[in-house]
Amino acid sequence: MFRSRGQRLVRGSWLSRLVTLTVMLTLACSGASQPAPSGGGGASAPRPTGAGGQPAAGAASAPAGAGGAPSAASPGGAAWGEGLQPKRGGELVFVVGAEPPSFDGHRESTFAMLHWTAPHYSLLVTFDPFDYPRVVGDVAESWEISPDGLTYTFKLRDNVKFHDGTPLTARDVKATYDKIIFPPPGVVSARRAVYSAVERVDAPDPHTVVFTLKYPQPAMLSLLASPFNFLYKADILEQDPHWYERNVLGSGPFRFVEYVPGSHWVGRRYEDYHIPGQPYLDGFRAIFVRDPAAQVAAIRGGRAQIEFRGFAPSQRDDLVRALGNEIVVQESPWTCSLYVAFNNERPPFNDVRFRKALTLAVDRWGGSQALSQIAIVKEVGGLQRPGSPFAVPPDQLVTFAGYGRDINAARQQARQLLREAGVPEGFTFTLKNRDVPMPYEPVGIFLVDQWRRIGLNVNHVQQESGPFLNDLRSGEYEASVDFNCDFMDEPDLQLAKFLSADKSPANYGRYNDPVLDDLYDRQSRELNVEARKQLVWQYERRVLDEQVYAMVVLWWQRIVPHHASVKGWKITPSHYVNQDLRTVWLAQ
Amino acid sequence: MARYILTRLLLMLPTLLGVAVLTFLLLRVVPGDVVTLKYSGEGAYVPRETIEAERERLGLNQPLWKQFVDWVWGVARLDFGTSMWTGRPIAQEIAIRFQLSLQLAIMATLIAVLLALPLGTLAALKQDTWVDYAIRVFSIAGLATPSFWLGIVLILFLLILFRWSPPVTFTPLFEDPLANLSLLIWPALAVGYRYSAVATRMTRSTLLEVLREDYIRTARAKGLRERAVVVRHGLRNALLPVVTVIGLEFAFLIGGLVVTEQVFNLNGLGKLMVEAISRRDYTLTQALTMLGAAVYVVVNFIIDIVYVLLDPRVSYS
Amino acid sequence: MRDAAAVAAIEKPIGARPTALGAIGVFARRRPLGALGAAIVLGLALAALLAPIIAPYDPLETDFLAQLQPPSAAHLLGADQFGRDVLSRLLYGARTALLVGFCSAFIGATLGALLGVCSAYFGGRVDLLLQRVLEIFLSFPLIVLALAVVAVLGTGIVNVILAITVSITPQVARVIRASALQVRAMPFIESARAVGAGPLRIMLLHMLPNVLAPYLILLTAFLGQAILLEASLSFLGLGVAEPTPAWGLMLRGAGVQFAERAPWLALAPGLAISITVFGFNVFGDALRDALDPRLRVV
Repeated sequence: MFRSRGQRLVRGSWLSRLVTLTVMLTLACSGASQPAPSGGGGASAPRPTGAGGQPAAGAASAPAGAGGAPSAASPGGAAWGEGLQPKRGGELVFVVGAEPPSFDGHRESTFAMLHWTAPHYSLLVTFDPFDYPRVVGDVAESWEISPDGLTYTFKLRDNVKFHDGTPLTARDVKATYDKIIFPPPGVVSARRAVYSAVERVDAPDPHTVVFTLKYPQPAMLSLLASPFNFLYKADILEQDPHWYERNVLGSGPFRFVEYVPGSHWVGRRYEDYHIPGQPYLDGFRAIFVRDPAAQVAAIRGGRAQIEFRGFAPSQRDDLVRALGNEIVVQESPWTCSLYVAFNNERPPFNDVRFRKALTLAVDRWGGSQALSQIAIVKEVGGLQRPGSPFAVPPDQLVTFAGYGRDINAARQQARQLLREAGVPEGFTFTLKNRDVPMPYEPVGIFLVDQWRRIGLNVNHVQQESGPFLNDLRSGEYEASVDFNCDFMDEPDLQLAKFLSADKSPANYGRYNDPVLDDLYDRQSRELNVEARKQLVWQYERRVLDEQVYAMVVLWWQRIVPHHASVKGWKITPSHYVNQDLRTVWLAQ
Repeated sequence: MARYILTRLLLMLPTLLGVAVLTFLLLRVVPGDVVTLKYSGEGAYVPRETIEAERERLGLNQPLWKQFVDWVWGVARLDFGTSMWTGRPIAQEIAIRFQLSLQLAIMATLIAVLLALPLGTLAALKQDTWVDYAIRVFSIAGLATPSFWLGIVLILFLLILFRWSPPVTFTPLFEDPLANLSLLIWPALAVGYRYSAVATRMTRSTLLEVLREDYIRTARAKGLRERAVVVRHGLRNALLPVVTVIGLEFAFLIGGLVVTEQVFNLNGLGKLMVEAISRRDYTLTQALTMLGAAVYVVVNFIIDIVYVLLDPRVSYS
Repeated sequence: MRDAAAVAAIEKPIGARPTALGAIGVFARRRPLGALGAAIVLGLALAALLAPIIAPYDPLETDFLAQLQPPSAAHLLGADQFGRDVLSRLLYGARTALLVGFCSAFIGATLGALLGVCSAYFGGRVDLLLQRVLEIFLSFPLIVLALAVVAVLGTGIVNVILAITVSITPQVARVIRASALQVRAMPFIESARAVGAGPLRIMLLHMLPNVLAPYLILLTAFLGQAILLEASLSFLGLGVAEPTPAWGLMLRGAGVQFAERAPWLALAPGLAISITVFGFNVFGDALRDALDPRLRVV
């Protein structure tokens, strides 16, 4: 009896290993072959090109996981009620994991400000909530771009009003963009550098706004659709440009009702909203819940309906298992990547062979399979989100160092490079990381393990944001995990971080490379899409393969499980976009 | 007697001053700057001049001694300043969270006392029987289990069995008692259990000692009923150290429940403290630390006075 | 009735010599809880010492094919989200727990004892000053201290020990001071002074040995406390950092996230912590009963 029990146990573990292996193989095979159905999550297949009219990259999907996780309800458009008639009424309750440092959209770059305040504001142009990254007008009714690409003329709607009843005119739009692009001293504008091509902004009449550029930049229209460009009232800005840091007054679909610090934020429908019929909701209530487990508990217990940023795979599985058909899961590749910055001034990081060895040692494809089960990372890509218009195509990507499919060969090459660079076996260095559990911690642990396999001994040090940023900026580090999140897929945004240190203050790698700077400038002004792609890919190859100034680990995966009653919200690759809630409705 | 009270009162001041100095210096030694964190915490780049201008406005560039004196002078006038992170008055920030923390502390204390006194007495009376052992194991288990662990298990238990989770926002007790209690009862239980463990053990051991005393034997010899002996003579004398322990633990509950508040998502002083420190919000952290220290020192003072009044054996030295 | 065993011991035949095993047996019978505690403590120490030998896997070794595996023959207590063996991490975690617990408790208790004795011996203004300093640290929230230590020095075992030691020292000092005051009032101290013994000699040779009982009791009491504190600090991210195996860290990492899908990930370290602290507490209780039943230390 004793022996048979032991045998049963052994067989059991064999079985689970087999299941795991099979599932992983299946995942690997399905991921690499045919393109996903239209509207599918960002697969590695090449997508039709063109900056506009790109089909949206999000889809609801059943959570796949080793060990048979339960499946969610309806994939595809049913998740957000495609084709259904929106119903009016109800209050949307959602949770947000962080509190706003200030209420000023121009100053902040964090979802911790945006998710609370976006419903109160309008933008000049915005992304189509159901067709990212197509740009549609919000306050702008129509626009015209001059043939030479230097003049953008916007015609505004005439029925837009602020919540205090006063009309919103071109003067307000000009004042807003003057604050963003040409901030007065003492005023912080986080995205000022993004609009460096803009010469000036004019308001020739109350319903026309004109942007004049110094040089043509094909990305400009999309960049103007930044969800952070809240339209503010000119009168207020004239009196006090800091007013909006602690106060709310916009022209968006919802009025501001109350904010209890540490607790909740309430908004109510604005009846004079300039888009007829919207918003459908009577109001919304945002609740501050810091702990991820508590967030899941809130949704699970029916206290909240959705959390907009994204959950970890295990949290999604818990919700699906507990609530079954009441929960719908929307997933999408995320315009956020986790990468490792190298301090290119410190030996041996100043030796390109050492850096190359480090990137070769990491099994990205295997890591993607494994880590996507337990963390919010998934896709393997370069500096651009895989699946986005300018991403390096897969057949080229595998030729980059560290992106090949044969990890053993890569690791052998890595060891060889280490020998050439004179780095001894058991060499120790420190990897700095943020103390945020998701996804920094698991990726940090993963990296330490990968580098162990080529004989390197890595100290994993996690720090609070304050000291972490300090060290990054001052160069007090050897290698450090870092992240890059942008509001849209746009080479001008994603590539800017890796420019020479004297051009890009966000470059912590401490290197200068005029070739890169030149490539960047050229791609930014290149009007021909194909030519622009070639330049972008050259830039990526130089950063990731030739010089390995930094290495990208994995791209994030956005997982948003929510109550099935929440309709009219379609997931996009950016958690900053589509948060004004005007199209959201509740099915009861 | 009055002199004793006065002396003890005066002795509180150097302690509070010491805490003030320690907090002040400790915070400024720690790397990280509230302005840099606020502006470019997520990686966005902000020019040097803007950061310097804001630091200037917050008074961070002044010499340390001046910052300290300004702050202490403000506290003396009951002006606690504004939070460096949010710009709101600190008194307001604290007031929003104080109600919840106070109510939780009181509820946990009540639960602790309701558990500890009967259980401790029972254990003392039935010493070395299985009842005693069971109670002792129960209370040591309360000391040994991490309270945040208990909290997590409690929430999961509610979710899995009843498909119910506590409310996520706080409503004051008199506005909506049901919502208020259904939020706070769970953390109160988790915290109260641990709290009761300390008090149970204290009750048991002091009662055991007291019951060995001569005057108890006299009371029994006089023919008094056992219950009168235990309660009127025994428990009353044993109560003093128990009250001490309860008081000291209560002082800790105001602002000390950092992990519990995180697990149960409570908008309390503990959570505020963690946020204030992570953001290097000097003024808010200092105010909260002073609040915690003041509560502790005042509770100690009250306990000392109670001791002197109630226990004739303690001298005034 | 209570001292039946003691009576029995007195009534033993005169020729019988107490054996070591016999003494242990008596102890176990008289104080079963204490014996249980001692057994737990011993077990823990053995596990920690022998961890490299008895652990089936390297606690840092990841194995992505075994992610979140339930307990099986290959992994007796299952595997975590990185495929690391839970049992091995638990055993090595015992080392971290004992190291942190013992170091902080020992250093804290010793320092506290020295301060308490000093305070009691010198009395007067020195006593007043020391008491105020102790009170300052007692009323200072541990979380601020721990955060400060971590922010300045980073995470890691040494820094956790530092933070916990600072928390323990004033508590010990307080209690030892009370005992030391009683010792100070005894006649032999006055005799020693009359003979001309210096303060250091008196404190170290005469007073310290006489507060040994409360010192030992406090040591065991705070050992358990320290382990719990480490768990809480790690849970907040202020303790040791990944991938060091530590029980509190194991709770933080996988315990909450996978509480339903893989409950063994949280049960194992949770039980380990509870049983360990339980053992230390109960052992400390028995110690107190044996050494000085009048001492009220909770």
